[in-house]
Amino acid sequence: MAYGNKVLDHYENPRNVGSFDKADPSIGTGMVGAPACGDVMKLQIRVNDDGVIEEARFKTYGCGSAIASSSLLTEWVKGKTLEQAGNIKNTDIAEELALPPVKIHCSVLAEDAIKAAIADYRKKSGKDESVDAA
Amino acid sequence: MRKPIYLDYSATTPVDPRVAQVMCRYLTMEGDFGNPASRSHAFGWEAEKAVERARADVAALIHADPKEIVWTSGATESDNLALKGVARFYQNKGRHIVTVKTEHKAILDTTRQLEREGFEVTYLDPEPDGLLDLDKLAAALRPDTILVSVMHVNNEIGVIQDLAAISRIVKPRGIIFHTDAAQSAGKIPIDVNALGVDLLSLSAHKVYGPKGIGALYVRRKPRVRLEAQMHGGGHERGMRSGTLATHQIVGMGEAFRLAHEEMEAEATRLKALRARLLEGLSDIEEVYVNGDLERRIPGNLNISFNFVEGESLIMALKELAVSSGSACTSASLEPSYVLRALGRNDELAHSSIRFTMGRFTTAEDVEYTIRLLHDKIGRLRELSPLWEMYKDGVDLNSVQWAAH
Repeated sequence: MAYGNKVLDHYENPRNVGSFDKADPSIGTGMVGAPACGDVMKLQIRVNDDGVIEEARFKTYGCGSAIASSSLLTEWVKGKTLEQAGNIKNTDIAEELALPPVKIHCSVLAEDAIKAAIADYRKKSGKDESVDAA
Repeated sequence: MRKPIYLDYSATTPVDPRVAQVMCRYLTMEGDFGNPASRSHAFGWEAEKAVERARADVAALIHADPKEIVWTSGATESDNLALKGVARFYQNKGRHIVTVKTEHKAILDTTRQLEREGFEVTYLDPEPDGLLDLDKLAAALRPDTILVSVMHVNNEIGVIQDLAAISRIVKPRGIIFHTDAAQSAGKIPIDVNALGVDLLSLSAHKVYGPKGIGALYVRRKPRVRLEAQMHGGGHERGMRSGTLATHQIVGMGEAFRLAHEEMEAEATRLKALRARLLEGLSDIEEVYVNGDLERRIPGNLNISFNFVEGESLIMALKELAVSSGSACTSASLEPSYVLRALGRNDELAHSSIRFTMGRFTTAEDVEYTIRLLHDKIGRLRELSPLWEMYKDGVDLNSVQWAAH
């Protein structure tokens, strides 16, 4: 697979690799994908009291595009409110990384990952979506 | 050391310089460029002589009679000619064909086409070691079975099927027996009589010959009949028309002659290199060899590095030219159907790398490969959530994954 420079850069130098403590109430964890499908993404966010994402970490089992999509996502969500982060679209990721058509599903997985991490945080902190949106 | 290091000899091989040199003599005005079918002048006679010499060299490697060799464009065409040719010629005798799920696509896509034409095909599952259970084969045969096709050596995992034993089951029932020997020719001894095959497909470019040329062995005693797939001039005793590609044929002949001469020494050398590669990787955790290790061609090692996805590993190994059973390296986005047919789970299929070594692989190449893999596997596992879960003692099979 011939990749663009941005994918290669994120693949060679992945940003924010690692894990937070899942049990910490300020942490939201999203794990999406399946080993049988060839990609699993774990995305974690640390959220402050104002609902702003202070830090993000990821680990990804998958192809170069999957690693790059999740690495890019950790950069993008930092400093965003949960609502802003929840509005990141897979097409934005695919466009930024110039993913080839067969790799679009990697960006879809990244969008699923941030949505899952946000949902996990909200569930843990007792703030459901409707309250937050209001 | 030249990089990237080529470790994909089962995909193709470079033409041996000795072969290339011979081929060049059959192209230009100064060389023997004639049409081997021209009977009226020396240009044709010389070309024909070269073609027949090559035919004898190819026949010698498989212990066949030169008259049993039909030139084709490669193993894919040979497989097509063998399967379609037999099916269409013998269709009044029966319309059932038996083959194996781990065959090359040149077989599987051809049998699919024959199914569309009204033939019935049984696809046998191999055992977890990649080999065929002979009882299952015997049970699949029917009174209307006309053809059994089982590859000699598998292209992904390199395992060697026991063709002689298969033949002893197939032949007494009057069934024609074909084998695709693209991956075995020049690597292990082949004797068409000892193996009891009726049809055998060959390719030049897996044996340090040029691409675009191959052959089909067609048994004469007892005679196996084929319906031609290519018409136009009646070349190759009517089985495959088309002007013979003299330089390609001469290249294949020389490549097979060299392989015959050097096979034994080369097999010993490659076995030692493979043993070293496996030993060098054996201290990495969660490494699985795919396919039987003993009944395997010398230069092949197919390994799954658990918790690391194959395509990302290939990206990390950009100094190596290897291939993977990962979905992401195939156009279909499906993991290797060969590994899945062995009963390997999808994760291990996604995590597999095929190393195939050959004539120009050195001990230094292997040492470099071992060092590189240690480095990169470690790095990718640090990135892998599955590795983290495994290290935390989580049973990955107990996790409810959201399949997508």
